[in-house]
Amino acid sequence: MNQLRRTFLKNTGAAGTIAVAIAAGLLKPGQVLAAEWNKAAFNATTTDEAMKLVSVAGAAESKDVQIKAPDIAENGAVVPVEITSKIPGTTSIMIFVDKNQNPLVTDFTLSNGAEPYISTRIKMASTSHVRAVIKAGGKAYFATKEVKVTIGGCGG
Amino acid sequence: MAEGMKIRATLQGDVADVKSLMNHIMETGLRKDAKTGKLIPAHFINQVVATLNGKTVLEAHWGAAVSKNPFLGFKVKGAKAGDKIAINTVDNNGEKISGETTVA
Repeated sequence: MNQLRRTFLKNTGAAGTIAVAIAAGLLKPGQVLAAEWNKAAFNATTTDEAMKLVSVAGAAESKDVQIKAPDIAENGAVVPVEITSKIPGTTSIMIFVDKNQNPLVTDFTLSNGAEPYISTRIKMASTSHVRAVIKAGGKAYFATKEVKVTIGGCGG
Repeated sequence: MAEGMKIRATLQGDVADVKSLMNHIMETGLRKDAKTGKLIPAHFINQVVATLNGKTVLEAHWGAAVSKNPFLGFKVKGAKAGDKIAINTVDNNGEKISGETTVA
């Protein structure tokens, strides 16, 4: 009887520790995002449609959103892009490539001290405008930059 | 897929500059197999979560137009030397890649 009780206590104790670790965010179950992957937006075939689906339609052009990308990309499969936002309270950064089959490339959500800066590499099917859209304080802003692509990176 | 992820975080003032390289084919689903003429099914990382000491700092949804073997750079304010940065990713087939590093 005593032995059983001891085992029981030991087991619940261990389970308790795991529960605490989960609560503290140390051991997130699966470490998967809260929000669902927005399939409709990523499958949209025009920038306008994709922007509507991620609720940034009607974004205002702003010089405070900066895109660093090459003027000419030799290889459309690997185009380095850096987005910096100088607008205070930036919470999301999205990248669209207008002429890709599916213009929405990425959708980043920033929190807990992440700076409004993202650097990544994207594929471009052809010469196109790269569009960075950011959300700040419930409003959306965008900037574009044309990148000339000599060899496309999607399909073919 | 096998190698997973390389990740490095360097401290600049109180900002951690994080750079990571993930090993993934990032297949768009638009390419045709040269031999069979059939479309190669899409296979790409679509969700990325980065944490600083277990707290989420960056969540990303990706489409297939992120380059093969994706590079991701971001910056986190308020980091200290010794802090832990982790990146977890899931692809459209449910396969996971993750990496962890210490801010230096």
